[in-house]
Amino acid sequence: MTGTTGSIDTGTLWTVIVGMAVFSFALRFVFIGLMGDRPMPEWLMRHLRYTAVAIIPALVAPLVAWPPATGGELDLPRLTSALVTIGIGLLTRNVLLAIISGAGTLYILLWLVA
Amino acid sequence: MAFSTTKSAFWRGARDSAPFVLVAGPFGMLFGVLAAEAGLKVVEAMTFSLTVFAGSAQFTALQLMQENAPTIIVLISALAVNLRVAMYSASLTPYLGAAPLWKRAVAAYFMVDQSYALSIVKFETEPDLSIDERLAYFFGTNAIIAPLWYSATLAGALMGSKVPQGLALDFVLPITFLALIAPMLRTPAHVVAALVAIVTALLAAGLPYNLGLIVAGLAGMIAGARVEVELRRRGAWT
Repeated sequence: MTGTTGSIDTGTLWTVIVGMAVFSFALRFVFIGLMGDRPMPEWLMRHLRYTAVAIIPALVAPLVAWPPATGGELDLPRLTSALVTIGIGLLTRNVLLAIISGAGTLYILLWLVA
Repeated sequence: MAFSTTKSAFWRGARDSAPFVLVAGPFGMLFGVLAAEAGLKVVEAMTFSLTVFAGSAQFTALQLMQENAPTIIVLISALAVNLRVAMYSASLTPYLGAAPLWKRAVAAYFMVDQSYALSIVKFETEPDLSIDERLAYFFGTNAIIAPLWYSATLAGALMGSKVPQGLALDFVLPITFLALIAPMLRTPAHVVAALVAIVTALLAAGLPYNLGLIVAGLAGMIAGARVEVELRRRGAWT
């Protein structure tokens, strides 16, 4: 239960797959299946709007600041590539272009450093 | 008559989804490759994509399982990443709520970013569509994307360990997620939500059981909602 990287236990994996299958469907079904045409509470919608833009950066931030691949040392190529990805994504609103720019930056810098 | 218009609505949905081929293909393959790298068998990766059918949630679960996070944290975090589909479901309910329950159940399974985004635009701009045409359009948006997502996962899972070392695959996930998030930062409230979540995640990284992620996510959501309320009060919300 420490933060070490290791292989995934088969029992855990299947628990996660089945759990996610059931609950992912429940999330998608709850309103369209059960709510009918009743309006949603506004406060709930207001918080749901920000789940993706909150939880995804929260997941990524530690991986950028302390990459497991470098043993948790801040890494210039990875940090720069993350910033380039965000910058291109904000400027162009193009997901694919942002990925290509970020990956290109990472490979060029890793090659220069090596 | 009704048959031919629903049929054409289905194909229009499929045609409108074409640009998303460029997202679902590479994204599905990436999941297959990373799953194989993490030690998942092909059948495990495929079951994952077929039953869960939610890319970003699958990547999140994969990452956290490799960090040996407790199962309950893996589930909560992955579902939190996917909470937006509940919002999609709520938002499409006025348009699809009149369909029979079993059709709504099938539609629920196919509720993903691209089917929602295409459908809500279609339904708002063409309010005269019948319920059958709306459903046909909605399913059409997944006619290409869903099979592509499954087959790309399969291709990636089969390639898996054959991908050369030194490709820095550890950083593909952060790059992909950042690229997905950047275009979603449309309003000051979205930006504040992301910034608060990032700062909290870094400060709370020491919390046990990867709880920092949950705390940071909640902090970001509350911050975003507060900013939205404040902007609305000042009449600055668009």
